[in-house]
Amino acid sequence: MLHFLRRRLPVAIRVALTVLTLSFLLTRLSGDLAISIAGPNASQEDIELIRSAYGLDRPLWVQYFDWLWRALQGDFGDSYFFKTRVARLIMERMPITMTLGLCGLFIALCVALPLGILAAVRENTWVDRSVLMVALIGQAMPSFWLGLILMVVLGLNLGWLPISGTGSWEHYVMPSIVLSFSAIPSLMRLTRSGMIEALASDYIRTARAKGLSRLSILVKHGFRNAAIPVVAIAAVQLGFMLGGSIVIETVFALHGVGYLAWESISKNDFPVVQAVVLVLALIYIGLTLLSDLLNAVLDPRLRSA
Amino acid sequence: MSTVLQPAGAGNRRRIWRNAGTILGAGIVGFITFVAIFAPWLAPYDPFTIDLGRRVIPPMWMEGGTPANILGTDQLGRDYLSRLIYGARVSMIIGVATIITSGIIGTFLGVMGGFYGGRVDDAVMFAITARLSIPVVLVALAVAGLLGTSFTLVILVLGLLLWDRFAVVARSTTMQIRNLDYVAAARCAGCSPMTVLLKEVLPNIATHLAVVATLEMALAILLEAALSFLGLGVPPPLPSWGLMISEAKEYMFFSPWVIMIPGIALFILVLGVNLLGDALRDMLGTDLSR
Repeated sequence: MLHFLRRRLPVAIRVALTVLTLSFLLTRLSGDLAISIAGPNASQEDIELIRSAYGLDRPLWVQYFDWLWRALQGDFGDSYFFKTRVARLIMERMPITMTLGLCGLFIALCVALPLGILAAVRENTWVDRSVLMVALIGQAMPSFWLGLILMVVLGLNLGWLPISGTGSWEHYVMPSIVLSFSAIPSLMRLTRSGMIEALASDYIRTARAKGLSRLSILVKHGFRNAAIPVVAIAAVQLGFMLGGSIVIETVFALHGVGYLAWESISKNDFPVVQAVVLVLALIYIGLTLLSDLLNAVLDPRLRSA
Repeated sequence: MSTVLQPAGAGNRRRIWRNAGTILGAGIVGFITFVAIFAPWLAPYDPFTIDLGRRVIPPMWMEGGTPANILGTDQLGRDYLSRLIYGARVSMIIGVATIITSGIIGTFLGVMGGFYGGRVDDAVMFAITARLSIPVVLVALAVAGLLGTSFTLVILVLGLLLWDRFAVVARSTTMQIRNLDYVAAARCAGCSPMTVLLKEVLPNIATHLAVVATLEMALAILLEAALSFLGLGVPPPLPSWGLMISEAKEYMFFSPWVIMIPGIALFILVLGVNLLGDALRDMLGTDLSR
């Protein structure tokens, strides 16, 4: 296990450093950050004032290393708009996004695993085809549109759930359902193909020959093997979902990190945008590392590979 | 000819089902491409003409609708059908232009990594890993926020971000054929690496890349709609389907059809592109879904 970590960790660190550099360069894309911060109606003096106040008059590489050094210590500077530490802002909002991501993943697994297994057991029947159809529909559904429809149907017409905002647990139900849609198709296809492969293997035939019950064969022998890639992919999916939550948080006005990023983009608050990009990327890198580790723990054959 | 009739087995039924999916996918994509190309001739009105006296008229089959505006009008009195038809253009152009851009980048990187291996491959793998860790929607939004929204910018940003799957597939397929006899023969015949890549490798991985192209096109169309919906994609008054949903949002609680019409169009197009991709994948007989 140590050997495994020793190989994967340096790669993860190098990727993280690349992302750090990219997120620094991202805000310098417009050429002159001072003009972007000042907005379209600012005078030349205002721009100069901003330039020196934020240290933008220093050479680019000095700014870069200064920013990098602070970022490595968890200091992302101050928000121009909220007038507080960016790190604190993100810390405050992160639990909301995390809750949303985990609920979304939980719903996705609750739907994808049973359906995937069902499709594999009933391969090539109408059950299998219906499940594949569900996957296709999930893939084609624009998430923001689904969100709006749920708001109209569940929020307004039926009045079951609050339409938008952050307050109670009920506010998380619709966003989580919408978010889960993005992960269901791939998790379902993976469960199905893994189960089909497992069910065709020799150990299943042995288990059948021993006269084990159908359920026991499916769960203990089939699913345990099919689940390995699914568990690993689920961790990666969570990373994608956190990245994609910006759209859903904006639709439902759920005040998580994604909403914060959207607010900051529309207010030209670049230190926040930069930090959110970075934090989400780092979480994703961490999750892929976790995914590789889980794979290795669950499947001993991969440890030496 | 044998006179014994084959019973319609499961495999047969599956093939019929698959064919239905292929025909549906090709039909949808063909139809929407046709609409996009001939938009000026098909649209009953100019999609930009504002008529504030005739705002949010429902579709003709609903109460208060008129046959003059088959799908009704939007919040500025523009004909909804005409905007929908021109919106097909926006989606198709962005989808196709994005996969051309990202296809070139991804294929180049993937083929290089797969063909040369070693250090080159390490660098390509690293680029793919780094790219995957970048949250696409967030970065696309941030760039649009910084540089201002424009049609070309959406294509450029999506094209520069969505090359990862092209690179992964190009790399693995190139690796598989790198050592095959015909590639070795071409090398022995004294062909330059460039010629080998263009004449031997590329034509043989092209079909695999076509499958990726359909998947990425569907993704690009959905992302454009999401970006436009958030106000940082295609700028108004262009009729993007995502933008139409965003502009109609205020009216959705009173007249839900305003978001249903562009949303269904978007859903059908993406479904069609995905069905076509699945059909292509089946024809190849290989599973590239991972």
